[in-house]
Amino acid sequence: MSMPVTRNLPRFGGFTFAMIGLELRRMVRNKRTVIFTVVLPAAFFLLFGTNAAARTERVGGGNVTGLILVSMAVYGAMLSTTSGGAMVSIERAAGWSRQLRLTPLRPAAYIAVKLVLAMVIGAVSVLVAFAVGAVSGAQLPASAWVACGLLAWVCALVFAAFGLFMGYLLPSENVMQILGPVLAVLAFAGGLFVPLDQMGHTFATIAQFTPVYGVGEIARYPLTRDGNLWVAALNVVVWTALFAAGAMWRFRRDTARV
Amino acid sequence: MTVTASPEAAVRGPGQLAVDLAGVVKRFGAVTAVDDISLRIRPGEVVALLGPNGAGKTSTIDMLLGLSAPTHGTVRVYGRPPQEAVALGLVSAVLQTGGLLKDYTVEETVRLTAVLFGRGRDDVGRALRRAGIADIGSRLVGKCSGGQQQRLRFAMALLPDPELLILDEPTTGMDVGGRHDFWSAIREDARGGRTVIFATHYLEEADAYADRVVFVRRGRVVADGTAAEVKALASGRTVRATLPGADEAALRGLPGVESVEVRGDSVYVHARDTDQVARYLLSETAARDLEITSRNLEQAFLALTGDETVVGSAR
Repeated sequence: MSMPVTRNLPRFGGFTFAMIGLELRRMVRNKRTVIFTVVLPAAFFLLFGTNAAARTERVGGGNVTGLILVSMAVYGAMLSTTSGGAMVSIERAAGWSRQLRLTPLRPAAYIAVKLVLAMVIGAVSVLVAFAVGAVSGAQLPASAWVACGLLAWVCALVFAAFGLFMGYLLPSENVMQILGPVLAVLAFAGGLFVPLDQMGHTFATIAQFTPVYGVGEIARYPLTRDGNLWVAALNVVVWTALFAAGAMWRFRRDTARV
Repeated sequence: MTVTASPEAAVRGPGQLAVDLAGVVKRFGAVTAVDDISLRIRPGEVVALLGPNGAGKTSTIDMLLGLSAPTHGTVRVYGRPPQEAVALGLVSAVLQTGGLLKDYTVEETVRLTAVLFGRGRDDVGRALRRAGIADIGSRLVGKCSGGQQQRLRFAMALLPDPELLILDEPTTGMDVGGRHDFWSAIREDARGGRTVIFATHYLEEADAYADRVVFVRRGRVVADGTAAEVKALASGRTVRATLPGADEAALRGLPGVESVEVRGDSVYVHARDTDQVARYLLSETAARDLEITSRNLEQAFLALTGDETVVGSAR
């Protein structure tokens, strides 16, 4: 006060790793988030993927346990990235977004921080699921461990966009209580829990248009070398574009009050 | 009824205005929340924005902070558009409610603010100490009392070491002790020369802590003056007497009389020197049943903001 202070705007609109670090710490503190994103997918895998039949039946260069592991990793990644994106809902409800507007943080930098956070917890979720899988009888070729994991993680960006969209759309403080069941239904419809070829032709056709289908197909591809990659890629691109457009639309409305 | 400070006399040098609102209007659909407010605040002033709920205090503050834009008019904070002043840390605020995340600790919340403003750990410790919450740094925000949360907001507001600090009803929901502690901290801080604007509907707060009081009602500035002038406004007393056929003009002509009201056989004389009025009534008229009551700040406030008052803007 008494001394003149030099005042500068932060670089990158306020995007810093220090902020991401603090936000991660806060996220880990939330037990519900940890259970949803890390414990649940691994538990589902142990429950449904580790029976004797799955361990012995071969798929590609691995076993069915490995296949189910990849599906569960995708499920974990989508839960994580969705809840990462949906954090904005809680923060808006708490008036935190308004508080942040009293700082140099630019809205775009805020979104970038949320996306990075979503992807970080998505990566943790995939890694934990794979670690559990590795010691619980999942077999994948070495290249598939890496490729399936990376693809499950990268493609979960769709759901980071989905989470952001829902976070801006739903003003609820418990947005994941709504989105959790929605994601379970989508995962089922997209063939993550039950292979689509066991579901009948009509269902399998419809499934191709649901947002989880593409991610699952792509993530499993390094193991199965099966299915139409083009349809899956188109699915991922279209849904990402739709969710991102939705998030942008709501985001603009949210900041337009200025 | 109007109080006016002498604005030009107090201008210190050629310094820049801390706040310059010029013809500011804010409408929400058909509702006019702020109706042509012009207000200039100099650096170092401690100003109370006083008014009933819905007077337009919060709308005005939102515009000062760049949280909303005026429908008409201009807002400048230290010569800059509000959003720029906010981003540079020239102005910060303690808002009414919300604005905190329960899963952060007190220290983390302030540290995040420091990160955003590009400040270091030293600034975090200093803000915590100044707000008087250094001892509860590791407590989760969700476990803090309302008063502690308000001090946390204060610490966050102090972090960029702003030139202007804005407080929107900062002690709402606090008990008497908490209110006292909070104001002590603010007062201690303002001693360094910071400009402070606070909105309140507690008269005693405006009276005790502000150099200047701006009364707002229905989106307009009703009166604007020093705290001393507000006190003077409220310092008078009322003499009530039974006096059929009172000579209103004669009573009004007495020294120090501000208003005279006749209701039936009763006459109410409001004056600074009520002793003299009483002496006059008892010796020169047939008045009886005299009662003398003091008018408190609350009544002064009601007189200024009530619907029946004819309003004149001071500046």
